[in-house]
Amino acid sequence: MCTTCGCENGQTLIGGHALRQHRKPDGSLRFRMHGADAQVAEVSTSRIVKLEQDLLAKNNNYADANRRYLSERGIFALNLVSSPGSGKTTLLVQTIAALNGAQPLAVIEGDQQTENDAARIRAAGAPAIQINTGKGCHLDAQMVGQAMQRLGLRDGSLLLIENVGNLVCPAGFDLGEAHKVVILSVTEGEDKPLKYPDMFRAASLMLLNKCDLLPHLEFDADLAIEYAHRINPKLQVIRISATSGAGMAEWLEWVKDGCRNAVAAKPEASFG
Amino acid sequence: MHEMSLAENVRQIIEDAAHRQGFKRVRTVWLEIGQLACVEQESLRFGFDVVTRGSIAEQARLEIVETAGQGRCEKCAQNFPLAALYEACPECGSYDVRVIGGDGMRVKELEVE
Repeated sequence: MCTTCGCENGQTLIGGHALRQHRKPDGSLRFRMHGADAQVAEVSTSRIVKLEQDLLAKNNNYADANRRYLSERGIFALNLVSSPGSGKTTLLVQTIAALNGAQPLAVIEGDQQTENDAARIRAAGAPAIQINTGKGCHLDAQMVGQAMQRLGLRDGSLLLIENVGNLVCPAGFDLGEAHKVVILSVTEGEDKPLKYPDMFRAASLMLLNKCDLLPHLEFDADLAIEYAHRINPKLQVIRISATSGAGMAEWLEWVKDGCRNAVAAKPEASFG
Repeated sequence: MHEMSLAENVRQIIEDAAHRQGFKRVRTVWLEIGQLACVEQESLRFGFDVVTRGSIAEQARLEIVETAGQGRCEKCAQNFPLAALYEACPECGSYDVRVIGGDGMRVKELEVE
């Protein structure tokens, strides 16, 4: 049975290939039991087994492995999360165009269905792999780990992971990224940070997108930012329009800074 | 509906424990779910029923213990019950609140035979 949605047939596809090993991670990634491992011989009556095991332990173990893989290669990975239609893919296309080959980068696209977004990214000139989660509502660290292997990332790359458009479920699933970046567009409600606080709490940066439309809307950008800071006072905010290009310079500087830091933090031993 | 994948994780934790400890059937599963864990309990129950079909935990009773949210104000260092992430410190009104409890999800224990 599929780990993502409980469907009988695994429906997760990574670049068109089925997700390997749906249920059992390989030996190195299997989490350890916290409780005693005592074998109990044939007992017919009921007994209590103490476990105290975190439901997200398996995902977190995969995420830790991804994070190690990325840091050893000086790769800066971002997990982009938002509602559907906030402009994530357009933002990625414009980001790729602005970096203009100066920064090696690759994209992992998460959607329930279709290769459309990966095709858009490839047309913009960056390698991309599509994860189709089938009925699943979020990417998990195992899917992303396999997608990273298929991408064959260069050292010092920028890895942009576009999560499934969903402001709820991806919040709890660490993918091994350096930061979650939440995108809120001004065509949504100002109070989205209050309605969906988990995502705004998990993110390091909020991009307030489609700001070119503000003159035509009643959206109060300051109020939206104030709400976001109620949930997460440390959240950085950049006002942006991927379409007009406003704010893009600040976003690109934030990204380049992260890439420089990832390369600088790369362990010496892995050089050469 | 990430509750479905959480339910699948519960089943996997149970099956791994069964493999190590040699029990054949699960009567009761106790979960501890934090008030701030972003989990819809009814969805989790539904998911649990679906994913445990045909497993050693089929028809097991699911007991969910909700743990209360706890916040700590970073301004005035007050600890207080936190029912939602958007709440302010009741002492000083600051929103600079760190969650210190009630955001976890664990399989606590099982009744097995």
